[in-house]
Amino acid sequence: MMNEPYGPRPGKILNPTRIMVYGVLIVAAIYYLLPLYIMITTSMKGLPEIRMGNIFALPVEVTFAPWAKAWDSACTGLYCEGLKTGFWNSVIITIPSVIVSIAIASVNGYALSNWKFKGSEVFFTILIFGSFIPFQVMLYPLVIVTRELGIFGSLWGIIFIHTIFGMPILTLLFRNYFASLPEELFKAARVDGAGFWGIFFKIMVPMSVPIFVVAVILQITGIWNDFLFGVVFAGTENFPMTVQLNNIVNSKQGVTEYNVNMAATILTGAVPLIVYFLSGKYFVRGIAAGAVKG
Amino acid sequence: MKNSIEIRDLSLNFGAVKVLTDLNLDIQDGEFLVLLGASGCGKSTLLNCIAGLLDVSGGQIFINGDNVTWKEPKERGIGMVFQSYALYPQMTVEGNLSFGLKNSKVPKDEIEKKIAHAAGILQIESLLKRKPGELSGGQRQRVAIGRALVREVEVFLFDEPLSNLDAKLRADLRVEIKRLHQKLKNTMIYVTHDQIEAMTLADRIAIMKDGLVQQLDDPRTIYNNPVNKYVAGFIGSPGMNFLDGQLKAGEPASFKMAEGSVDLTNYAFQQSFTDGQKVTFGIRPEHIVVGDEASEMPFSQEVEVEIIEPMGSDTLVWTKLNNQDFRFMLDGQIAINTGDKVNIGFDPKISSIFDEATELRV
Ligand SMILES: Nc1ncnc2c1ncn2[C@@H]1O[C@H](COP(=O)(O)OP(=O)(O)O)[C@@H](O)[C@H]1O
Ligand SMILES: [Mg+2]
Repeated sequence: MMNEPYGPRPGKILNPTRIMVYGVLIVAAIYYLLPLYIMITTSMKGLPEIRMGNIFALPVEVTFAPWAKAWDSACTGLYCEGLKTGFWNSVIITIPSVIVSIAIASVNGYALSNWKFKGSEVFFTILIFGSFIPFQVMLYPLVIVTRELGIFGSLWGIIFIHTIFGMPILTLLFRNYFASLPEELFKAARVDGAGFWGIFFKIMVPMSVPIFVVAVILQITGIWNDFLFGVVFAGTENFPMTVQLNNIVNSKQGVTEYNVNMAATILTGAVPLIVYFLSGKYFVRGIAAGAVKG
Repeated sequence: MKNSIEIRDLSLNFGAVKVLTDLNLDIQDGEFLVLLGASGCGKSTLLNCIAGLLDVSGGQIFINGDNVTWKEPKERGIGMVFQSYALYPQMTVEGNLSFGLKNSKVPKDEIEKKIAHAAGILQIESLLKRKPGELSGGQRQRVAIGRALVREVEVFLFDEPLSNLDAKLRADLRVEIKRLHQKLKNTMIYVTHDQIEAMTLADRIAIMKDGLVQQLDDPRTIYNNPVNKYVAGFIGSPGMNFLDGQLKAGEPASFKMAEGSVDLTNYAFQQSFTDGQKVTFGIRPEHIVVGDEASEMPFSQEVEVEIIEPMGSDTLVWTKLNNQDFRFMLDGQIAINTGDKVNIGFDPKISSIFDEATELRV
């Protein structure tokens, strides 16, 4: 008894490594938070206050007028409708794109992990390889493809494009997740007489909620933030919010309304931000779960 | 008796790796067959082939005379119980039991009847509304057995069903599986690497090594007459003693070691041998007699005790014979100490002799 350690367990001390880690983290946090701070404060200032030049100062007179203008009546080169059309366009693009791409990719991943067929590994490799090809290379060919399909410059066109470009990463995500589930469950279900779809919907999907959450977050943020595909494939009347934001910020008419631009930018980024805040926990958990087995 | 399952020249490769090669096996109707072998010898692979979960590379499988080689698992009339239980985690016990029945479109009231019946047999009535996560290991495995039971299959396949349970529970469930077999009289194929399970449960044991069936016999024959050295060493706990030496022809024939020789008058040779043939002589620790009795045996010798391992009912004693490790069992009540000199002996009638090169029984 005498030789055993005694007394309370020593607490964690701030050793040099820890101070270093925290230091780096704090600097990084400031680096990312400062612009956000400037954006928020600027968006609530009037133009005269902004012209005084002190961008770090808190607003003397808080106003939400720039926000209202950004949403409702800010001008692009052509119209003065604000961001609201773009917002709804983005919603209309994002929802079906997210659903279709995840529906297809989850079945892909399931088939690739559980119903290996001759050449399935090759198929998978090609699919993954696809995610390394720069978008720009495929842009023009896809313009031709969608034009031939008659969906270029339409809602269907942009949904099609988002589904295609989401496929490699989502398939990888789902395949790895399904591969991490116990194989014996799949075998048991087969012995129990369930078929391809029966096993998928009754056994696999109910066990895969975390990875579906991850996929939804990835896709919502990715598609919402997309600019390039939106501007190329969606057609003028379907321009997503990002494109409209660009047109507002870059419109060369009159004085530059920094406060409106800031508000418009925050509004555009709000959806992914909210999605992250609400589901960050699931996101990390799901990514970790999917990463276990390759 | 008619065969329930016939396996003809079955081969299975994973890419370039040959796991099973030209395997033949007949399993009788209502038989409890145990596939026994070390980990990695292809037991699960064989069972998965029978279940239809793996596509065979060659050969054929018949169940009840039906060629099922390319049929889906559900068309084979089999139920399977897995080592990891493999219960559907999001379903209740009831949901797990009914899943297979629902898939084959059994009417609702009939499903309920079948579940009640199976739950009664396995004593899991009180668990029906629970999720698998709320069950103990033993309860989970009962549910897994129930899943095969409700479907009233002809053939039960077990893949190491008790390996994840602790020793006490394992012994309990072992008896229950035996009881279940006596009640249902189904054909059962049971995979294990545990020879006690194999010995206690099996009508016949198929001992596998490297994807080949080494011996297929009832447990007693396997224990008494192992066909080769591998089987002899695998069956029995503690394992068989092996002594190196050679056979001497003559009347009587004898086994000659570096020190001493054994009179083989009582040994039933199954093959002819040549004079001077190098062999391994095997005798089980529990077949050694000690003390005065030993002197009356065809072979006896005085040895020095090196290590003792008391196990309660018996004591396992380690010593040296012919300069090789040699173990024997002693009644646990007899006092014995390291360094003691004891007289041991045995009768070659219950020994096994294997050729040194081929390792086959002589
Ligand atoms: N899916 C697979 N791919 C490649 N090799 C496999 C696969 N499954 C099993 N094996 C190999 O086949 C051999 C037999 O495996 P298995 O039948 O599981 O053995 P057991 O059940 O007797 O322990 C092992 O060497 C194992 O590595
Ligand atoms: Mg196995």
